[in-house]
Amino acid sequence: MATAGAIVTTIGTIFLFLGSLGVFRFPDVYNRLQGGTKCTTLGAFLTVVGVGMMGPGWFVKALLIAVFILLTNPVSSHALGRAGRKSGVSLWERSVVDRGGDFDSSSGESR
Amino acid sequence: MSLLLPVLLGIIGAAILLCLLRMVRGPTTVDRAVAVDTTATVTTALLVLLGFAFERYVYLDVALVYALLTFIGSVAIARYLEGGL
Repeated sequence: MATAGAIVTTIGTIFLFLGSLGVFRFPDVYNRLQGGTKCTTLGAFLTVVGVGMMGPGWFVKALLIAVFILLTNPVSSHALGRAGRKSGVSLWERSVVDRGGDFDSSSGESR
Repeated sequence: MSLLLPVLLGIIGAAILLCLLRMVRGPTTVDRAVAVDTTATVTTALLVLLGFAFERYVYLDVALVYALLTFIGSVAIARYLEGGL
């Protein structure tokens, strides 16, 4: 069980590093949000669950933290992307498609 | 096993350093908010891993409260940036 927990923690740590590398390297707010949220959610989930598998008696509270991260991280990322869209941050110049072009700021709903 | 934990902590430290560089360089305010949000999630995992490395069970409570507070902070910053606060 300790070996499995160490493997899961290592995989999660690599995911955390790759997500932060995406935040540093990607060219656009929305690309950075994509890399920095999805990758980091999986990485934090795997790291916390792996630590819960390694430590005896730690599993329930570690799983509580992991489920909390899994629930709240997409919500904050959605709020940040919506804030970027509504505050008028433009897309990267080589982006192909923009379906949110006629964002109606009065009602707060896209088409 | 005794060598694994410092290596993992070093990798997480490098990840936080990359987020801090984006926080310094980010052209817009939303970039910096995204970097802060990513740093908060990475720091939650770092607290749990530090609690295991130091064998302190109470660090899990610290990580839980930190995750809760940074979630509220990110949502509040996002609401402020879109002009609804």
